[in-house]
Amino acid sequence: MKLTEKQIEVLAILENNSARIPVEDIAKMAELSKAETETILDKLEEMKVLVRYNSVIDWSKVDGHEGVTAMIDVKVAPKRGVGFDEVAQRIYRFKEVRSVYLMSGAYDLSVIIEGRSMNEVARFVSEKLSTLDSVLSTTTHFILKKYKHDGTIFEQNEDDKRIVVSP
Amino acid sequence: MNGTKSYLSKTVEELKPSGIRRFFDLAAGMEGVISLGVGEPDFITPWSVREAAILSLEQGYTSYTANAGLMELREEIAGYMQKGFGVSYSPRSEIIVTVGASQALDIALRAILDPGDEVIVVEPSFVSYVPLVSLAGGVPVQVQTLKENGFKILPEQLEKVITDRTKAIILCSPNNPTGTMLNGSELEAIAQIAEKYDLLVLSDEIYAELAYDGEYTSFATISGMKKRTILISGFSKGFAMTGWRLGFVCAPETISQAMLKIHQYAMMCAPTMAQFAALEALKTGRSDVEDMKKSYKRRRNYFVQSLNELGLTCHVPGGAFYAFPSIESTGLSSEEFAEKLLLEEKVAVVPGNIFGESGEGHVRCSYATSMELLQEAIKRIGHFLKRNQKA
Ligand SMILES: Cc1ncc(COP(=O)(O)O)c(C=O)c1O
Repeated sequence: MKLTEKQIEVLAILENNSARIPVEDIAKMAELSKAETETILDKLEEMKVLVRYNSVIDWSKVDGHEGVTAMIDVKVAPKRGVGFDEVAQRIYRFKEVRSVYLMSGAYDLSVIIEGRSMNEVARFVSEKLSTLDSVLSTTTHFILKKYKHDGTIFEQNEDDKRIVVSP
Repeated sequence: MNGTKSYLSKTVEELKPSGIRRFFDLAAGMEGVISLGVGEPDFITPWSVREAAILSLEQGYTSYTANAGLMELREEIAGYMQKGFGVSYSPRSEIIVTVGASQALDIALRAILDPGDEVIVVEPSFVSYVPLVSLAGGVPVQVQTLKENGFKILPEQLEKVITDRTKAIILCSPNNPTGTMLNGSELEAIAQIAEKYDLLVLSDEIYAELAYDGEYTSFATISGMKKRTILISGFSKGFAMTGWRLGFVCAPETISQAMLKIHQYAMMCAPTMAQFAALEALKTGRSDVEDMKKSYKRRRNYFVQSLNELGLTCHVPGGAFYAFPSIESTGLSSEEFAEKLLLEEKVAVVPGNIFGESGEGHVRCSYATSMELLQEAIKRIGHFLKRNQKA
C-alpha cells in the first residue's frame, strides 16, 4: 500500500508515543492542522493500516491479574488446496489465542496463548489444540518473565539522569 | 595569606562565573522539576555504542592512544566528514580527537591567539566562547544579533567591529541557545568578510547532525574557506554522548599541528574507551542518529507552536534542540522569569541574558525531553502566564 509522507509521519508519531496523545498534539508534531490530522487518521483506519491503538500493559504488576503466557510450537499436516491457512484459522478463532504465525524451520505454526493459570493453558493445549485433526504435535513453552515486549522494555529505570540545568 | 596578595591570575579572577551555575544551584534539591534547562540529549547513548566501549574494556584497551587519537577513529572521522558534509581532511595531519568540542575550542583559540588579539563572538552564544577567548589571552568582541533577523548575523554587523587586531570569528550553526541555522548563502556572505579581512573562522558544528529544515552547510565547504576554517565538532549532541567527553577538530595542517602540540602537553590524548565508543558510533550509529533527529523535530514542531500559542513568540529554530522564545509579554527580565517559573511551576529554563546581552528578554528551553514532559511543561507555563502576563 502506498502511503503519503504525512500519513507515514502520523503513523510514526503514533508508534513512538502513547495512544493517549491528543490529536491537536499529533497535528503540531507533524506540522498539520487538526482537521488534516483527523482526515489522515480516519483514512488510515479505513485502510486498516492503523489497526488498533495499543497499550502495552505489564499485567505481572497487577495483583490477581498476573496470568500466564505460553508459546506453543505446533506441527501440522497441511491440507491440499488450503495449505496451512485453514488450520491456522481454526486455531486463531479461540479467544485464548493472542497470536498465530506461520514459521519456517522446525515446526509450522507458532501460537501464543494467554490464560489465567498454567492449568488453563495446559487444558487448552491438550483439549483444544492437540485434538485438532491436522495437528501432529505441540511443544509448550511457558513465558517465565517478560523483559521486553513489542519494543517496550519492562522494569526499566527510565529516570532522567541529567542534571537539571546544563550548558 | 596576609589578605592583600591574591594568588589567582588576573584573567581568572576577572572571569565571570557561568550564570548557569546559579540556576543549577537553585534547582538542585527541588523535587518534581521538569527540566527544559539541559543542553544535552535526553536519549541514552545507543546500546551498540555502549556495548563497544564495554568490549574495549574487556579486551584490555586501557592505555593511551596516539596523541591525535586512534588512527582508525581519525580515518572514520575523515570518511564521516567527507560523506556527510562534503569536506575532506587528512586523518594523519588535519584531524585531532579531543576531550569534547570544549577542549577543541580551547586548543584552537590557544593555538591562534597572541595577547590582545581580538575574536568576534556572535551572540547570543554558547557560554564558553567568551571566557575561553580570555583564557587564551585574547579579547572577546561580542556582536549582537537581533530577534527580528531570527538571530542571524548580518555581514555588515561583523564588518563594523573588525579592527587591525581581529584574528577570528566564532560561528555556531545550528546555534546554542537560539537554534538558528545559517544557510549556504548566509555563510557565503560571512566568508567574503573573512576573505576581505584575512580572518580565521572557528566553526562550531557540534549540532550539525541536528539540522531539521533544509540542507546543512559546513562552513569549510564554502569556496576558499577550508584554509581559513577550524571546524569543531563531536559526538555529544548528535550521538547522545555528552558524558563520554569526545569531540574532534579539523583544520589545515599548520594549525592542526600547532593545536596538537598543546593537546599533547595538556591532555596527552582523549579517553581510550570513549574513542572506541565513538568508532562504533560512526560505524553503526547513523540510524540511531536519524531516529533521534526525527523525534527531536516532531517535538520541536509541537513545542515551538505551543509556545507561540501561549504568547511566548518564538522563531522556528532550524536545528539543535533549543527554543528561544521572547518573554517580553510578561514584562519580567529573563532572570526573573526563569526564577519565578522554577519556584512557582517547577519548570527549569535558562535565562537568555546568560548567553550575552542580546539574549535578554528571552529564555532558552531545551525540547530534548519526552513528549509527555513537554506536554506537562506547556500546561505549567500556561498557568504561569495566566498569572504573569502584563496587563
Ligand atoms: C555550541 C556548543 N559547542 C560546544 C559544546 C560542548 O560540547 P562537548 O560536550 O563536545 O564538549 C556545547 C555543549 O553544550 C555547545 O552547545
